[in-house]
Amino acid sequence: MMRGTSSVGSDAAAVAKSEAAEVAVKGNGWTGLIPIAIGILIALVLHFSLPAPQRSYNTQILQIIGIVIVLAVSLNIVNGMTGQFSIGHAGFMAVGGYTAASITYYGSMLLWGSTVKHGGFLGSGDWLFLGSCLAGGLVAAIAGYVVGLPSLRLRGDYLAIVTLGFGEIIRVVLQQTGPLIEDIEALQSVGLKQLVPPPLGGSLGFSGIPKYTNLFWVYSILAITLVVAYRLKSSSAGRSMISVREDEIAAQAMGVNIARQKVTAFVVAAFFAGVAGGLFAHSTGTVSPKDAGFQQSFDYVIMTVLGGRGSISGVTLAAVFLTVLPELLRDFEQYRLIVYALLLIIMMLVRPQGLLGIHEVWEMFNRRRRKAETSGSDVSPAEVGS
Amino acid sequence: MSLLTVNNLSVSYGAIEAIRNCSLRVEQGEIVTLIGGNGAGKSTMLRTISGLLTPKQGTIQFERKEIQGQPPHRIAQSGLVHVPEGRGIFANLTVEENLQLGAYSRNDHAEIRKDRERALELFPRVRERLKQAAGTLSGGEQQMVAIARAMLSRPRLLMLDEPSLGLAPQIVQTIFQVIREINNSGTTILLVEQNAAMALKVAHRAYVIEVGSIEMDGPAAELASSDEVRKAYLGAH
Ligand SMILES: Nc1ncnc2c1ncn2[C@@H]1O[C@H](COP(=O)(O)OP(=O)(O)O)[C@@H](O)[C@H]1O
Ligand SMILES: [Mg+2]
Repeated sequence: MMRGTSSVGSDAAAVAKSEAAEVAVKGNGWTGLIPIAIGILIALVLHFSLPAPQRSYNTQILQIIGIVIVLAVSLNIVNGMTGQFSIGHAGFMAVGGYTAASITYYGSMLLWGSTVKHGGFLGSGDWLFLGSCLAGGLVAAIAGYVVGLPSLRLRGDYLAIVTLGFGEIIRVVLQQTGPLIEDIEALQSVGLKQLVPPPLGGSLGFSGIPKYTNLFWVYSILAITLVVAYRLKSSSAGRSMISVREDEIAAQAMGVNIARQKVTAFVVAAFFAGVAGGLFAHSTGTVSPKDAGFQQSFDYVIMTVLGGRGSISGVTLAAVFLTVLPELLRDFEQYRLIVYALLLIIMMLVRPQGLLGIHEVWEMFNRRRRKAETSGSDVSPAEVGS
Repeated sequence: MSLLTVNNLSVSYGAIEAIRNCSLRVEQGEIVTLIGGNGAGKSTMLRTISGLLTPKQGTIQFERKEIQGQPPHRIAQSGLVHVPEGRGIFANLTVEENLQLGAYSRNDHAEIRKDRERALELFPRVRERLKQAAGTLSGGEQQMVAIARAMLSRPRLLMLDEPSLGLAPQIVQTIFQVIREINNSGTTILLVEQNAAMALKVAHRAYVIEVGSIEMDGPAAELASSDEVRKAYLGAH
């Protein structure tokens, strides 16, 4: 019999050690933080130079674009890099969104007596919000672990069905939750009975969430997501994930614990999806069961397919494009799916590997240049393990 | 004590028994070849040794430790490295990245660099292709990458599954030359081949497997001159 599963998390120490060594080689820490710092700077400029979202449609769209990029790039870790096929990413987003929303909503009520936004920029309300997003990410990551486990035994279509089922289960479970508790008196007099099922708004959705999300938070978190994704891709851990996608047997022959890499991919992706869910909930002020549904998940899958399996910049471009496109085609809402389908078909025919394949935008330029400079000259040996 | 000892091994795919009661051993420093026709069970043997398959019966000892039932990545990390049939190249990664993955379980960076240099000396053509996607290489070059990559794991036993499969005779010559060089510099090799003529030339000892059981074994030169082997595998009439 083929060995489907093997020990997850065992000999983690050995692998962690080699990853730590890799970070050390890269000249870790401070230089690695520079891109994040630049990203946060850009986020600050965006935040202070553009009008607040309630006064500007464009600001709202910019927030959504940033959040969608986080979702697409994180899904790409599972679908693109590791080669698993998850179509339940919106489920993780919803888990994170609901977790974060309940923390800020009920937390604000308990701390400050109401769900009104509290404090100014980087004030106490902002920190509660940031903590809630991280909590959303962590709860989603736990869900990612649970959903990742079947990926050890299932492949292709079967795994897709499990992840699809996960999103739908989340949707249905959220529909069964109880009505929101709307004020502090009601919350203080609440009995255990009112907490079963948990008061998360039922099929109407969780509304009245304080709108803490702004361009600063969205683009700071986006910067962190992009840097983490890129460093993962160019690290030994990322290469081993890609090796799982390329050839599981050969990967194992190199000592890659494929079970562990698959589950790790699911956990990391779900974490960022959960954080994005927190941002989303506090951007629109509502999050509802349908946000966990298949339709949403499928949008992200399309972005990873169009962008190129494993290309972070390609998927980012696809996410921007596919978020802006429907906005431009507002009046043609009913044709959206047709346009998507056509796009996919054209893509499959013309460029089945996606816009950029596995490459990044700048790598494409480099290749051009190298070809132009010399053809067939000796290639300088790069260092292994760097 | 042998480096690798396989004892009374039986392996099945569901109801199909692919290997029945097979025993073999590989001594430190040897090239041992396992030859046999298509479907004889050669790949099954290697897959079982490297942990991809679980035996129904029997034991596998590597460096005195029983390894049957261990997960494949653990077995690979312990120095028993399998170059699977069909090469198992990571097609969308560059040749360089393929080599880096060979060193995945190691973190002695200075030594890795030396091993990489040695591997590239064995295969100068691989050095010319370092930045290229491995999938764009010819079959022979891919086989070279697969072997070079395996060498970066610093194997104590290298298992090659039909490295000559589908390659032009000239390339086959090169590959076997390198196999001999790798062995000369101290790596023990278990070589599975349908190309019995070539395999018997480089190997010290050989086993002949037919429909799941080992029918003959002995020094490679002796087997090469035996009538049975000549008739069945070397095309003599
Ligand atoms: N995955 C599999 N499932 C079922 N039977 C298999 C499988 N792989 C190989 N076999 C059977 O096991 C026997 C030995 O196969 P294999 O070890 O691949 O032979 P060889 O490598 O010597 O050509 C053959 O009869 C083959 O049909
Ligand atoms: Mg075979």
